[in-house]
Amino acid sequence: MSEPPLAIRTEELGKRYGKITALAGLTMSIPTGAVFGFLGPNGAGKTTAVKLLLGLARPTSGEAWVLDAPLSDRNAHRRARRRIGYLPELFRYQHWLSAREVLRVHCDLIGLDRASWDADVKDALEVVGLRERADDRVGGYSKGMQQRLGLGVALLGRPALVLLDEPTSALDPVGRHDVREVIRALAGRGTTVFLNSHLLTEVEQVCERVAIVDHGRVIQVGPLTELLRADAVRIRVTGLENGGQDLLRSYGELQNEGEWIVVRGISMDRVPDLVRAIVERGGRVYAVEPRHETLEDRFLSLLDKGHP
Amino acid sequence: MRAFVIARLVIREGARRRLLLALLVLTLVIIGLTGWGFSRIPTINQRGAPLSDLQVKLIASQFLILTMFMFSFVLAMAAVFVASPQISGEVENGTALAILSRPIGRAEYVGGKWIGLAALVAVYAGGAAAIELGVVNAVVGYVPPEPLSFIAFVIAEGLVIMTLALLLSTRLSGMVGGVIALVLFGIAWIGGIVGGIGAAFDNATITHVGTATKLILPTDGLWRGAVYALEPQSLIAAGSQAGPASAANPFFATVAAPLAFELYVIGWVALVLGLAIYSFHAREP
Repeated sequence: MSEPPLAIRTEELGKRYGKITALAGLTMSIPTGAVFGFLGPNGAGKTTAVKLLLGLARPTSGEAWVLDAPLSDRNAHRRARRRIGYLPELFRYQHWLSAREVLRVHCDLIGLDRASWDADVKDALEVVGLRERADDRVGGYSKGMQQRLGLGVALLGRPALVLLDEPTSALDPVGRHDVREVIRALAGRGTTVFLNSHLLTEVEQVCERVAIVDHGRVIQVGPLTELLRADAVRIRVTGLENGGQDLLRSYGELQNEGEWIVVRGISMDRVPDLVRAIVERGGRVYAVEPRHETLEDRFLSLLDKGHP
Repeated sequence: MRAFVIARLVIREGARRRLLLALLVLTLVIIGLTGWGFSRIPTINQRGAPLSDLQVKLIASQFLILTMFMFSFVLAMAAVFVASPQISGEVENGTALAILSRPIGRAEYVGGKWIGLAALVAVYAGGAAAIELGVVNAVVGYVPPEPLSFIAFVIAEGLVIMTLALLLSTRLSGMVGGVIALVLFGIAWIGGIVGGIGAAFDNATITHVGTATKLILPTDGLWRGAVYALEPQSLIAAGSQAGPASAANPFFATVAAPLAFELYVIGWVALVLGLAIYSFHAREP
């Protein structure tokens, strides 16, 4: 079977600002049509990566291909940007224009056929729920409405790739739900979505692949199901001496949370054996809570490993 | 051409944000006031006798130069205020991110800004000057020798200072760039006077200082070209007889701007615009 086509590929992509490394050797590939979550704590290099992919900043090392256009070939990359939609994290549109006018300016910038502008703009307004305020000046919009408009701008011209940088940071729960629906609809028509977010539950709900970045490096990448395959059990136990900890370690990775001990990566059918072993060593077990790992658990444990 | 999308946005912003409207209203008020002033010139008496037609026109020509100097100054200030936050403002508030992620090159973005601003400068300078000249003609029947050449020089002066402010805007915040552009404008003006003093006292060093400032920022040279286009021949002849001392007067020009200087200005604008594009290429929004 041949490899699936890639929407984004990066090889050791790096960016330094003087002595500060914003992104250190990012290597990843995103198949066409995937909904890809790009996760990391603040300052991990997520926005820098997006800016590099869009040609807004120039890499200091490595290379990347976006819709097959290499960053180093400016003309090819520029042509590719016709098929890319982008919602920046911190942005403002011309506050003296109406939402409809902002969308029309972007139709013009993309180079869409003028005859289709009205329909394109109407669609975008409909999808993001701004139809009724379309002719109001953007200056009077709330943050959430501005973010909706930003999403509408990113969807213009049926792009093949949409990069969303924290698309729900200013939205209420209804707005967040709407954005998830938009992302699912995009995925339904084969659009690749690159979702840059630190809202883990959101990523968990819509993304099938994720990369976790920290300090400008990818520390884990893969399908979400593989990333979360490890189960864990939380046990409240007393009276277990240090030798007991060694015993627990043979069942999985340990994390102490006060009186609770979390054993990660243990399969559920071994939990009764684990409890019996603890009791045999003199441990007093008060509670046993098996749990399926969430993205947040995985995220925190990965970041924890990165900062001993 | 996506540069024109940007240019149209600049013009639309000027119109929407009531900048043009404010300038237009103020300009019309000033034109009204100065028109009234011009209409009073023929009523001046000299030892009981009314002024001759020649005297009226001579006074009108001087008054017109002063009025137009004010207009050119307002034009320079307005051009700086509008141009200096054009790029830096959009980078700071994130508007540039949404625009530059589109299939548009940095040269088109900066070039589009320049075209839009140039249109605003030309419309304001051309419109205000044409109305003022028309009013003066209607009130005292005076038309300066080269009205079109005058308008062209004033527009060029506006374009030069606007292009400089746009270059500064690629790197500096609107306020810092605006202040620097205005200070340089002032230095160029003083430089023109200093050069004139050098000529008057036949001091080569001081003359060179004047010439150098005129070349670094050619606004004062253009203003002299504009003044020359407003001066009646008799005034130029009288000024020439006064010798090189008159060169120090910022409201007087004894010689027309040489063709070489006009070509130099075109090259200067092209170079500074090129520098702006080059500077913005390396800027990361």
